[in-house]
Amino acid sequence: MTTRTQDPAAEPSAHRDAFVDWLQRMGDNCLILGHRASEWCGHSPALEEDIALANQALDLIGQCQFWLGLAAEVEGKGRTADQIAYLRDAGAFRNALLVERPNVDFGQTLMRQFLFDAWHMEILRKLKSSSDPRVAEIAAKAEKEVAYHLERSADLVIRLGDGSAESRARMEKALKALFPYTGELFTDDAVDQAMAAAGIAPLPSSLKAGWDSTVSAVLEEATLAHPGEVWQHKGGKRGVHSEHLGYILAEMQFLQRAYPGAVW
Amino acid sequence: MSSEWPLWEIFIRGQHGLNHRHVGSLHAPDAEMAIRNARDVYTRRNEGVSIWAVKSNDIVASSPSEKGPLFEPSNSKVYRHPTFFDIPDEVGHM
Repeated sequence: MTTRTQDPAAEPSAHRDAFVDWLQRMGDNCLILGHRASEWCGHSPALEEDIALANQALDLIGQCQFWLGLAAEVEGKGRTADQIAYLRDAGAFRNALLVERPNVDFGQTLMRQFLFDAWHMEILRKLKSSSDPRVAEIAAKAEKEVAYHLERSADLVIRLGDGSAESRARMEKALKALFPYTGELFTDDAVDQAMAAAGIAPLPSSLKAGWDSTVSAVLEEATLAHPGEVWQHKGGKRGVHSEHLGYILAEMQFLQRAYPGAVW
Repeated sequence: MSSEWPLWEIFIRGQHGLNHRHVGSLHAPDAEMAIRNARDVYTRRNEGVSIWAVKSNDIVASSPSEKGPLFEPSNSKVYRHPTFFDIPDEVGHM
């Protein structure tokens, strides 16, 4: 570990801003998807699925705490992970559009989870050899959790895709609805270039091949037709969100907005 | 939905080399999902290192109405219980 990455004040500010932005992308993806998964709590089709999704939500929110905690540390302005999570408006969120897509039904929830998990696994594997040891440590811890998320979501996509006429129709619909939100996970911008140059994170575009092969294999086993090249939505990672994020934040941030600084 | 899935009995082995213990039951469409559901339902707080899942239908149980013939003979023979021995202190907990 170099002292440069340890002492926020000594870090060149452009690099620091990019690093904070990138850490928020990682943290916000986990936070928003974790919140979406938590919305099923008490509503799932079976008790077993209910608990499984709640577990996954807790895993993701735990990972978010690490990423946003590190963002706060690197930023060096005395903010905490909680303040970053609860006191930003939608325009300051950096999550991909995919994770803010509505739950709709169990099919869309699981398809969204699978498409995300496959990406998540790819990036965490690479991040384990990040030049920043703090990033590498978070990735190593998260990878174990995400390996299980992916195993589970891939298995359910296969079972439901290659299942009854009803489940298959729902999975087809889910894939068609969500695939146009996956492209953003693999676009490179100035923040990504800076992170790659510093050896902190891989270029998103470099993760595409690995993701493609996981997704293609699972869709094939699920007997679902791969959507191929389709038009892709973009904007989440630079703060341009769909209307859905506002509703998520209204629910998620209400307490801290109404009762600032409230604690357990 | 879950009413269509078979019931499974779940056994978890704790951290300390103990035997698998029955912890409860759950519904799952097949064995693989039974293990996965057991992981999510019963090992959320670091309870175990190994999971067994057994279809509830496959368990053969003694009948409650035979309680007398099955268990009373052993209960009434006090000499079968090793309560007449003094255990030296050095042995410790047995």
